[in-house]
Amino acid sequence: MSVLLIADVDQGALAPATARVLSAVAGLGPVDVLVLGDDADAAAAEAANLVGTARVLVAKGPVAVDADSDAIVALSSGYHFVVQSAGSVGRDRMPRVAARLDVMPVTDIIQILAPNRFVRPIYAGNALETVRDDQPIHVLTIRASAFRAAATGNAAPVERLDLSMQSAVRLIATHRTPSDTPDLATAQVVVGGGVALGSAENFQLVEKLAKKLGAAIGATRAAVDAGFAPNDWQVGQTGKIIAPDLYIAIGISGALQHLAGIQGAKKIIAINTDPEAPLVKLADVALIGDLFDIVPKLTAELERLGVKR
Amino acid sequence: MKILVAIKRVVDHNVRIRVRPDGSGVETTGVRMSMNPFCKHAVEAAVQLSEAGHGDEIVVVSIGPKAANDVILTALAMGAHRGLLIETDAALETLAIAKLLAKVVDEETPDLVLLGKQAVDDDSNHVGQMLAALTNRPQATFASEIKVVGQGLEVTREIDSGRETLALPLPAIVTADLRLNTPRNAALPQVMKARSKPLAVRPVAEFGVDVAPRLVIETISPPPERVAGKTVASVTELAGIIATDLSTMEAL
Repeated sequence: MSVLLIADVDQGALAPATARVLSAVAGLGPVDVLVLGDDADAAAAEAANLVGTARVLVAKGPVAVDADSDAIVALSSGYHFVVQSAGSVGRDRMPRVAARLDVMPVTDIIQILAPNRFVRPIYAGNALETVRDDQPIHVLTIRASAFRAAATGNAAPVERLDLSMQSAVRLIATHRTPSDTPDLATAQVVVGGGVALGSAENFQLVEKLAKKLGAAIGATRAAVDAGFAPNDWQVGQTGKIIAPDLYIAIGISGALQHLAGIQGAKKIIAINTDPEAPLVKLADVALIGDLFDIVPKLTAELERLGVKR
Repeated sequence: MKILVAIKRVVDHNVRIRVRPDGSGVETTGVRMSMNPFCKHAVEAAVQLSEAGHGDEIVVVSIGPKAANDVILTALAMGAHRGLLIETDAALETLAIAKLLAKVVDEETPDLVLLGKQAVDDDSNHVGQMLAALTNRPQATFASEIKVVGQGLEVTREIDSGRETLALPLPAIVTADLRLNTPRNAALPQVMKARSKPLAVRPVAEFGVDVAPRLVIETISPPPERVAGKTVASVTELAGIIATDLSTMEAL
């Protein structure tokens, strides 16, 4: 039972999600990691270093899913599993790959019970579906935050492939959110802010606390819609799904759609004026009060305690 | 251009769902149903393109039980011109849905197919991409902006690292994200008028598509419940807890 894992590559580097997906699927069989892109060498070296990688396959070319999904389909004949993380690239690509193969994919997997049995959340995580997939080839996406990362210290061979890829689509602009904080989807600590912050300027309270803690920054849909935070900080059913060891929610009441994104958090701390807010009720620790009073004091107190990450 | 919009009737997104104790699924009887929110953004996008002079005809298709007529009527009230219900009482898998839609694309030959990026019941996020694969069309998923430029589209997508803009030729498939637009609520005269717009109902069998499920759903269970925690009284106490947590956290 062999696995073709398609790596997530961001600006030439291997995205943290890939190591987690690798550890999730390593038990299914030998894993070949496919790295696509024009500057894929560094990412390929990182993939070769991950424990569980049997081979790294590198192919240059345009990364537009109409083109590369056909190349992946051509490559998939030797594999039982074709897998990627359930990030925005995997969500875009893998259903296309599956349809080309005439396979029903199983996506956003949070648990692998057996090589043909998987658990995935539905209804924004308010129910869990256990599915059996007896198709000859399995097309899967894995929720990276639900798994620990594979260790490093391997030296898998790297092979170059020449895949012909012709895309009808042209990338004409990218709008990256400049950030020196960790990757939100895989961060160990996340500080999230809601619409109660009131403005993009006030949202910096969240950003300062996050920086102090070496945490990634999250936001609710309402805060993003209001323009307080960029879209890629959105956590929830339609944004990113996080599973940090610690989530600090500031001024977030806890709409169902937001709760969907944080159910994997090990510990939740809520700072809110409303003791009845849904998120306060499910938090492990809550502090009731005005965030504009609490958050600066908390940041200063952590500074005083010498907290550093 | 001609625009096809595919929409789904789902449990209303404000309903707190209940998982049946026997593990057979989520309770949907007696529960408020409505158009999937992402589909509403897709319909709105089609109507706005039409209002800007880019859409000659908007055809709306839904696949589901007779009651799914409701969501087609909603779309017709929003400004779509014609509806098609592909009737089935079975809960079809996304691959079967995409195959049925591919047949509709063959019949209707739309320049643009708009869909919601995912349905909030199964959260699959498959159908647009599958339809693009089956019809050999380029795709732009998770759209937050759609512009008609020359003979093609420029679509801005919301992705994990921010946003990106793609240029794609028509015909194409685009799936809508939440910030694409603000869907309108149709006024009563439009709702009345929608009832006189053409709405065809055709059984799934007529399309000659194999819709047999590929997967077996073994059980549907509720997620593990979180137990309520404690309330602390001061910032100092909270800071102490956070400092302890960080110092005991396993290094990754």
